[in-house]
Amino acid sequence: MSNSFSKRLMLISIIILSFIGIYLGCKSSKDVVSGDVAQAVYVAPGSYDEFYLFTSGGFNGQVGVYGLPSGRHFKTISVFSQNPETGYGYSEETKSMLMTSYGFIPWDDAHHPEFSMTDGVPDGRFLFINANNTPRVAKIDLKTFETTEIIEIPNSAGNHASPFVTENTEYIVASTRFSIPVPNADVSISSYKENFKGTISFIALDPKTEKMNLAFQIVVPGYNYDLAHAGKGPSKDWAFFTSYNTEQANTLLEIEASKNDKDFIAAVNWRLAEKYVKEGKAKKMSAEYYHNYYDEKKHSTISEVKKEVFVLDPKDCPGMIYYLPTPKSPHGVDVDPSGEYIVAGGKLATVIPVHSFSRMLKAIEEKQFDGEVNGIPILKYEAVIAGEVKNPGLGPLHTEFDGKGYAYTSHFVSSEIVKWKLGTWEVVDRIPAYYSIGHLCIPGGDSKKPWGKYVVALNKITKDRYLPTGPEFTQSAQLIDITGEKMKLLLDFPTVGEPHYAQAIPAEILMKNSAKIYRIEDNQHPYVTKSEKDARVVREGNNVHVYMSAIRSHFAPDNIEGIKVGDNVYFHVTNLEQDWDLPHGFTIKGLNNAEVLIMPGQTKTILWQPKKPGIYPFYCTDFCSALHQEMQGYVRVSPANSNVALSYYTGTPKK
Amino acid sequence: MQKLIQLSLIVLLSLILISCGSEKKETQQPQSSAEVGADLTEFELENGVGPIKEKIELGPIDPKLVKRGEEIWNQKCIACHKLDERYVGPAQRDVIQRRTPEFIMNMMLNPEEMQKRHPVVRQLLAEYMTPMTNQNLTVEDARAVLEFFREVGKEKKK
Repeated sequence: MSNSFSKRLMLISIIILSFIGIYLGCKSSKDVVSGDVAQAVYVAPGSYDEFYLFTSGGFNGQVGVYGLPSGRHFKTISVFSQNPETGYGYSEETKSMLMTSYGFIPWDDAHHPEFSMTDGVPDGRFLFINANNTPRVAKIDLKTFETTEIIEIPNSAGNHASPFVTENTEYIVASTRFSIPVPNADVSISSYKENFKGTISFIALDPKTEKMNLAFQIVVPGYNYDLAHAGKGPSKDWAFFTSYNTEQANTLLEIEASKNDKDFIAAVNWRLAEKYVKEGKAKKMSAEYYHNYYDEKKHSTISEVKKEVFVLDPKDCPGMIYYLPTPKSPHGVDVDPSGEYIVAGGKLATVIPVHSFSRMLKAIEEKQFDGEVNGIPILKYEAVIAGEVKNPGLGPLHTEFDGKGYAYTSHFVSSEIVKWKLGTWEVVDRIPAYYSIGHLCIPGGDSKKPWGKYVVALNKITKDRYLPTGPEFTQSAQLIDITGEKMKLLLDFPTVGEPHYAQAIPAEILMKNSAKIYRIEDNQHPYVTKSEKDARVVREGNNVHVYMSAIRSHFAPDNIEGIKVGDNVYFHVTNLEQDWDLPHGFTIKGLNNAEVLIMPGQTKTILWQPKKPGIYPFYCTDFCSALHQEMQGYVRVSPANSNVALSYYTGTPKK
Repeated sequence: MQKLIQLSLIVLLSLILISCGSEKKETQQPQSSAEVGADLTEFELENGVGPIKEKIELGPIDPKLVKRGEEIWNQKCIACHKLDERYVGPAQRDVIQRRTPEFIMNMMLNPEEMQKRHPVVRQLLAEYMTPMTNQNLTVEDARAVLEFFREVGKEKKK
């Protein structure tokens, strides 16, 4: 066989093979991906994913739930944003969840989901997430995948460095991106250096009631506090916060806050802070903030307004807080699984600085200080640094760990993930991200025991990766295999909202605890209808309470007369089903409000204020059975001065 | 050379095929209507499919149990059943005459499977169209409701 012939044959086979590959292969792609990639992410119909992934929705104020490795979207959890799909933030029971000292707020910007931990490992009880804009921290119960608690944070603005938890979820931290006057005051903005302060807050989680309580705040110099992580193992009594704008600029921060060669990581000994509070070193400061929690028995949110907070001043509390100089506006601060290394993402730096916790303790003991600010000693950089990863990439932001001695750092500017070795600080691998990666997530990758199988790149820009949908593109994440020496791109998948940060956990930890129903016997809602016999309509002046039951496939009552223009009609709908996956929905024509989706055993209330006389149909919105289309009813609305008597029935009219 | 190309063709093709192949876990198959009941035992045809797998001793009617059964009936059953007339589901006063006690309990405790696998129940579903919901009763709850049916079944359907 001649050489040129075999070459041609080879060329032809390659062409044919590529066609077959594109035709039969499960995806075609611009990237070089090897043949078994599709199998690595394929979860057969009816099979389960190995991990749950919880991504924050960024500016949509919600949390997205996905499966890994498939990237399939399962649920959007309403947290800081109203959701007309479920009635969250519209129903009488959930409106209070969004109450703040500024009144009702229908939206916020949610950035960092964080699992509750036991012994430094995600335990699958709760997911916490921060609201940036109007500072709050929310708690999502992972039995029901619903938001069950939100606490507002006073003396704060831009709650960005939040909500990171300590090793046994003793505390959830929060701190200020924007410094403001504490307490807030009407002052000249140019008096920044004099009047503006930062605060670092510690929210305690009561181990018995599992409720949040703002335990204390520390007043710190007016820098921008950016991100945080609590220590673990040897460093478990400490929490670390990055700061930038140590220049204390109040305008054109892009330039003015990028001047200093080094900014700081604040290291806070929270165990000692807790002791100082107990000893009475904290000042009681008046403040107004809301604490909203969902009572699962009453199916209702209860709001309480708190009036004071304990505040610690570092000047009165020696040994409680130190500054670690860190190059160029550090962003992320991540503690490795051993608890020894504190990795900073110096977003304008050319190195990734890694501090040593044991060296820090030694430097404190030896008083290796380089001055102090407001009673906070500044440690010497050389005394605390363990090493620097040289020339990793441009714009290092965040680091997660695989539990096998490697760290993975996202680089925004050069759009890549860089893998490097702890201890030797050498870069061993890098992979591009499409495009402009912010955070990244390894299941358990910020804990003591990462499940180091995948890293998920959480990207800011998608550009040409998907079919265009007008000026606005889908947001996107990318799944990368990290089990081998080289990282391997497996999958792109779109996300709901900006996938700002994410946390992932093995599915087996959550699925066994997942609630299927709310027990109707336990329902203590003040307007519950536990039996169809109790369905009724009660008038109290202008307020009309409809005690309504829903079961496949009828409402009781389903015919109501005697409602008048000007009435406030409260539909309290109880779903009597006790079976999994059987919600009913309720809406009525002209409702200036959202529908409500009612889970089995739950009661939900929606307010209707009819404005014109006439007949108003209502119906079930969630397809429930073959006779779903029959699940309907009528309300007759009469003029305000009419004397149509109040009556109601299902089936046979009452005489 | 040709062999090498052939070999690489086979390897590549199989890789592509494997990559698209389905996973091992078998999924639950919805049963087609034609074969419902074919796989049931004689006991199951008479007494239903579910946690009650053998005949139960009934004894004399226990008034306390009747009362408990009536409470459960009022909370969990009456949204769909009445005693003397057809509602969402069949009238129930004479159910004790129509079905065995075990059948009645299995229907309350395991409605999904009963509707999927038992020919009689399948027929009821075709007639009433709304599937009977699982109300999460315990075996004790179902036994109490059965006692209530025994008591009300003493009277004739009105």
